[in-house]
Amino acid sequence: MEGTGYMKIAVALIPLLPLLGFIVTLLFGKRWGKHAHIFPVAMVTISAVLSVYGFEWAFRHQEETFVWNAFTWIAAGQFTVPWGFQVDTLTGVMLLVVGVIGMLVHYYSIGYMHGDEGYYRFFAYLNLFMFAMFVLILADSYLLLFLGWEGVGLCSYLLISFWFRKKSASQAGKKAFIVNRVGDFGFTLAMFAIFVATGTLQFTGVFEAAEKGEIAPSLMTWICLLLFTGAIGKSAQFPLHVWLPDAMEGPTPVSALIHAATMVNAGVYMVARSYPLFIQSDTAMTVVMVVGIFTSIFAAYIAITQNDIKKVIAYSTISSLGLMFVALGAGAWVAGIFYLFAHGFFKGLMFLCSGSVIHAMGGEQDMRKMGGLRKKIPITFWTMLIGALSMVGVIPFAGFWAKDEILGATFIDGYYLVWAVGLLIVLLTGIYVFRLIFLTFFGENRSDAEVQAHIHESPPVMTVPLILLSIPALGLGLLVGVPPESGWLHGFLEPVFFDLEHEPFTWIGEGGALMGVSLVLALVGIAIAWWLYMRQTDVPGRIAERVPWAYKASLNKVYMDDIYAVVPVGATLGFAGWLWTFVDAKIIDGAVNGIALLWGWIGDRLRPIQTGRVQNYALYVFGGMIALVVVLAWVWGS
Amino acid sequence: MSWSDQIGFPLLSVITFLPLAGVVLILLVGRGKPVVYKVISLIVTLAAFALSAWMLFAFKTKLPGMQFAENISWIKPLNIRYGMGVDGIAALLVFLTTLLGVIVIIASWNYVKDRELGFFVSLLLLQVGMVGVFCATDLFLFYVFWEAMLIPMYFIIGVWGGPRRIYAAIKFFLFTLIGSLLMLLAIIAVVYYVKDSSGALTFDIQALSKVVYSYHLQFWAFLAFFVAFAIKVPMFPVHTWLPDAHVEAPTAGSVILAGVLLKMGGYGMLRFCLPFFPDAAVTFVPWVVGLSVVAIVYGALVSLMQKDLKKLVAYSSVSHMGFVTAGIFAGIALVGNAAGIEGAILVMLSHGFLTGALFLMVGFIYERTHTRLIADMGSLAKPMPIAAGFLLFFAFGSLGLPGLSGFVGEFLSLFGVFEYSRWMAAVAALGVILAAAYLLWMFQRTMFNDRGDDEVKPSFALKDLGLREIVSLLPLVVFVIWMGVYPQTFLEFLHVPVQVILHRVTPSLNDTSAGIGALAQLVDSVRGLF
Repeated sequence: MEGTGYMKIAVALIPLLPLLGFIVTLLFGKRWGKHAHIFPVAMVTISAVLSVYGFEWAFRHQEETFVWNAFTWIAAGQFTVPWGFQVDTLTGVMLLVVGVIGMLVHYYSIGYMHGDEGYYRFFAYLNLFMFAMFVLILADSYLLLFLGWEGVGLCSYLLISFWFRKKSASQAGKKAFIVNRVGDFGFTLAMFAIFVATGTLQFTGVFEAAEKGEIAPSLMTWICLLLFTGAIGKSAQFPLHVWLPDAMEGPTPVSALIHAATMVNAGVYMVARSYPLFIQSDTAMTVVMVVGIFTSIFAAYIAITQNDIKKVIAYSTISSLGLMFVALGAGAWVAGIFYLFAHGFFKGLMFLCSGSVIHAMGGEQDMRKMGGLRKKIPITFWTMLIGALSMVGVIPFAGFWAKDEILGATFIDGYYLVWAVGLLIVLLTGIYVFRLIFLTFFGENRSDAEVQAHIHESPPVMTVPLILLSIPALGLGLLVGVPPESGWLHGFLEPVFFDLEHEPFTWIGEGGALMGVSLVLALVGIAIAWWLYMRQTDVPGRIAERVPWAYKASLNKVYMDDIYAVVPVGATLGFAGWLWTFVDAKIIDGAVNGIALLWGWIGDRLRPIQTGRVQNYALYVFGGMIALVVVLAWVWGS
Repeated sequence: MSWSDQIGFPLLSVITFLPLAGVVLILLVGRGKPVVYKVISLIVTLAAFALSAWMLFAFKTKLPGMQFAENISWIKPLNIRYGMGVDGIAALLVFLTTLLGVIVIIASWNYVKDRELGFFVSLLLLQVGMVGVFCATDLFLFYVFWEAMLIPMYFIIGVWGGPRRIYAAIKFFLFTLIGSLLMLLAIIAVVYYVKDSSGALTFDIQALSKVVYSYHLQFWAFLAFFVAFAIKVPMFPVHTWLPDAHVEAPTAGSVILAGVLLKMGGYGMLRFCLPFFPDAAVTFVPWVVGLSVVAIVYGALVSLMQKDLKKLVAYSSVSHMGFVTAGIFAGIALVGNAAGIEGAILVMLSHGFLTGALFLMVGFIYERTHTRLIADMGSLAKPMPIAAGFLLFFAFGSLGLPGLSGFVGEFLSLFGVFEYSRWMAAVAALGVILAAAYLLWMFQRTMFNDRGDDEVKPSFALKDLGLREIVSLLPLVVFVIWMGVYPQTFLEFLHVPVQVILHRVTPSLNDTSAGIGALAQLVDSVRGLF
């Protein structure tokens, strides 16, 4: 439906206020000093309130889609794309995630970034990020979505390399952007293909054309796979996942907001948004599922041996995103979004908690130097425990219901192998998440005495957001996801994912049994972690000695970075170097300079002819005439 | 004789020759008084800019044909006329030229130490030639401006350039001259063809672009014009003059070179190659698009390897200008794709803003560090946060961030290529990945730290950008955002002229097939020569 007045204002202000916050803070923030956060935080708070209003609108108008084409963006030839926005129930869910978590992360950052010399810059970038992220989810066309998509990429770049004098930070920022560009390559081509096939890039038009069957099946597969390439980059799926662990160089609030709760979900969101396209291509769906499950187990395997607290959570994020793609690929669309919804809260929470831990430890991120923090930072401990239980999937935490729906769907649809691997992931998740918990919060503290003396709980401006986030991490599933497969969220998202069939969930029966299996495995994983890291602490080392290759591969992230340094990066640079020093300098410029030298050479040879003696010239003239006559005679003769 | 009937006075001539009046004034009253000649230069360029802005307001975007037309008899026996006029494409390019004209005057305020008056006079004379090229509606007049513009540029590089300035200036001059001579031959051939077939001797571009030429003439004349313009663009493999010229040229020279001179290649193709020789143009589509795609990737790859900041930006121009030629020629393939051509023109404008700005930034950095070697820099964002912010902005504009100007044009141009050939578009899109790589790598090594010693080189007594420098960059920031957010302002000028071109080319589209058919025609034409 065409937008109503209030909604238009809200939809315009939601992205514009953070944009204003960015501009104003960038210009004047330095002068505000330690008060630089006031304006940007205020902007985001208003935006968050308006986002909740947007969600509430979608709640009241579940069967409708708010559409507003503000003005033309690009119109050239037949190509037209407006600055157009839309809100439906899927957007509503995203608004809630982005608005609320975004706001809480802003508050948290006031404490976390306190005293940093780039304080104002940090808030300016965060506000710019909010702008781009809101555009991404409010866009009503692929192209405008792409604007937000690249915008969040820019902010991710800026915030990862926030401490830019650290080489690892500037390296990681650059890597994130370039790897994402590889995905965007596919996204761009997909947009061209969509436009050529349907004559529009606006969702409504594209999906109508798709439903009418105007896109040939083979082309549809191409379009979906190319779109998914973009999603692989943004949502850090194998083989483009390598940027996300490095992105942990950024300040921890950034990891929570961008690299866990919002931006990395953009790929999942985009694929879910393209639901009417993907359901027409079984091939694409299968690829999505396979990439998802592979990435998920792959990342879980790496997470087990990482010692950096943020790296563990980063790999767990990759693993979780993989599960979301499994859901989408298996046709459990709502389950995928449900997991995105829950994951945003519990993973954002875990990151913020890890930030609180790092804050307490004076910047230390190595878990081997932590331990015993439970008593010293109790709020962080308890909230992080909630996040961890949710992440691992223990009843009744939010993550449990979401993950269970995904696994249940793979089983019910007959993807038994995927389901089995999924269970293995549940087990591994239990192990590595609680390895983190035990290493960090239990046992003896292993840091220096000086660090130990300074361990303190974070200020309320940081702990209150933790507490607030732990509420949905705990209760969201009960609220929106029970009973499984027909919880409130299913009804809410039905207008977006029309045509989805699902059988009623049976507590006593298949559904309940599947649920029980995954719950047991999660608990077993926790138990193993307890046994390995609390009781028999020498066992992990012995395992590593017994299978050194498996341990080293995991510790070294399966050597993906090393491989990439050689194959795409090294080869490209080598080829480029050859082009420059050989093709450009030797062949092309060689030819140019060669021609110049040739003329010089000819000139030198010809110089002796000019003797200055008239007799010689007369001889040349005579010889020339003879030659001319001979040539003319030959030409006429033939 | 008729002055412009649209507004009652010769607006285009005034815009064109205002800087010349400035030169006269400078020579009369400004000798030895730097402030006087600088202020005069600033005033005349500002006035020219204001007039060209007014011209855009007064321009009627819905009308076909030349506007603000002036037409006076000049050389009677040959029916050569002093004809001026602009369509939407030329109008935008005139605007770009006068904008950059003001900016380089501001940016060069304290740049040259030696023979400063000559430098400003050269800049002003250069602007006369450039604006004239875009305004001329008489082929002969066009050629005069085209050649006239070379001379001040030659001096700007050769006199005020870097250590290898003589080599660079001569290389620039010779390359361009070869193209010019070929073009001159083609002009004569075209004019005489028309005279022989219709009896009328005319140099009027509009009239000449309506004639139907024999395919044989089209083929060779197209090639001659095309080579001249391809050198200017510059297209692969005739691009090697560009890095040398840029590296040696003073900042202002680089800004103008990249911002305006390169655009003449694309402009010439749109004004001459397509409407004069539509059949030949269609024949050459696969080759031109192919070479453009090579240029996009090649330029980007070579940029990646550059150690000199300025050379990096120069090679990136080769890559970006590939989108121009690709969009133009893909746009005339198949049934015609206006979006591709309009995108190509947007790339020209956007590249003018962005690369102009990047060269300004390189200049500002060089004035402080006295080096352009990337390896000697690092952590510059620490002492120069404002400069870092500007450089980042223009770098992201240049790598095609949506919402800034670079994206719109490249996207549309790539879209044109995609409709023509998916595979070529896929290869060209690799250039977009590489653009991120070379620009961000450059930014990291200059502004962020890449030395590992965590220390700013002590010899860099670095001040951040001053007010004058910021003022010279701000207009470019405005246009980069404007064109990224609301490109309609610019696109509206392009719809009609692009339709005119497509209308002229379209009949050729049906009977000439690309690929093997084109090869056969090439063979035929070569045979026809002998």
